[in-house]
Amino acid sequence: MFDVDFLVDRVFPSLNAGLWMSVKLIVPSAVFGLLFGVIIGIVRVFGKPWMQRVANAYTALFRGVPLLVQLFILYFGLPNIGIYLEPYAASVLGFILCSAAYNSEYVRGALLSIRQGQLSAAQALGFSTMQTLISIVVPQAVRRALPGCGNEIVYLIKYSSLAYVITCIELTGEAKVLASRTFRFTEVFLVVGAYYLFLVTVASWLLHKVEERFHIPGFGRPRQ
Amino acid sequence: MATPESVTTSGTPILRLENIGKTLGGKRILSDISMDVDKGELKVLIGPSGAGKSTLLQCINYLIPPDEGHIRLEGRVVDASRKSELYAFRQQVGMIFQDFNLFDHLDALSNVSIALRKVRGMSRKAAAERAMAELERVGLANRATLYPAQLSGGQKQRVAIARALAMDPKVMLLDEPTSALDPELVGEVLAVIRDLARGGMTMVMASHQMDFTRALAHEILFMERGSIIERGSPAELLAPGSGTRTADFCSRLTDLCEECS
Repeated sequence: MFDVDFLVDRVFPSLNAGLWMSVKLIVPSAVFGLLFGVIIGIVRVFGKPWMQRVANAYTALFRGVPLLVQLFILYFGLPNIGIYLEPYAASVLGFILCSAAYNSEYVRGALLSIRQGQLSAAQALGFSTMQTLISIVVPQAVRRALPGCGNEIVYLIKYSSLAYVITCIELTGEAKVLASRTFRFTEVFLVVGAYYLFLVTVASWLLHKVEERFHIPGFGRPRQ
Repeated sequence: MATPESVTTSGTPILRLENIGKTLGGKRILSDISMDVDKGELKVLIGPSGAGKSTLLQCINYLIPPDEGHIRLEGRVVDASRKSELYAFRQQVGMIFQDFNLFDHLDALSNVSIALRKVRGMSRKAAAERAMAELERVGLANRATLYPAQLSGGQKQRVAIARALAMDPKVMLLDEPTSALDPELVGEVLAVIRDLARGGMTMVMASHQMDFTRALAHEILFMERGSIIERGSPAELLAPGSGTRTADFCSRLTDLCEECS
């Protein structure tokens, strides 16, 4: 069944193009999703009451509505109020909004796990609230949230495939086009599966390196 | 507005509490607490659990803002509604907690130096030098690069003391500094506190270490249900047959310890 010429001449070239588009979707979405997730998580724990309400509502909305529906609204819905987004822009925006909502939940959990006593100790030394956040809370919370946020990045790699539904043709999109033309679904999608597995493996390895880099005795598992 | 220099004379207490009161969740935690703490004095708060000792100590540096009364440091009332004044005040009042509260993500040296850098604005190098000197003072210079998770309870508490001392506090508040420690580690922490007391550090300490209190306290304040009900020197309150609540409480503490051992 596996036809080497078909793989080399047709599958790899089109999937490689799709892979590049996928990477262009994933990297900015992961970076800004994490950044906004940290900010929203901090606001949900330490913000003024009204800010907490806004951030909680944001998270409830973007965690509660299917991502595909969000993408449809961004791409097909917004033109009704005069906002036209390119497929790529709509996809990245949708991924960032969704990923930030999930990350904020991991960050919130990490922030809540920091013992109140350490905040009292910082205050007793004369730290302002902001200094306490920056110097004491965030460095610990980031370490505690890292495994969860890493998990979210792995999810993101896979749900980035939804972009093809709003015509941003990435890895899955290229595969769909090619498979429909050639009717060789098994080969094409087996290779696509391997591509995603490769992406996730690379991401997991990087995340593991980051965790090791920031490892401190007493946080999570001991260094191997 | 009075300035510290103009008010402080040899006769003025360094710390004065005037009629401190606190209600939390409809429950009266502290009522009408007053005391004068002179320079170099060690005051020990004693009393059953729930008496309000911890709350009182946290009221003094506004970790729990008191509802009533005034706190004067060197004669000057703190205006806690002004953030910068509050932060400046707290720098002058060191606090030691029962469960140490070291910063888990920093090694011993950085635990001591971080406030010097972030609050005092000292350079990294100057802060590290000062922090090392304080670690030496508590006998932990050789543990400077270890993280809290790698230190024993007694070592953690000594790092916490070094961290407070690095800010050159005028007063130290100690909230049962040895009660979370294994018995064999209590001595090393008490030795550090004893050296501080002998060196003239002004301290208010909640403690149930009676031998230590008897030997070093200038005054014992016995608290119950949010009030100070007895106060006096250890000799007065703990004399055999004095019939004080303090003596009664302490004898029961001692009985308890004998049962344990």
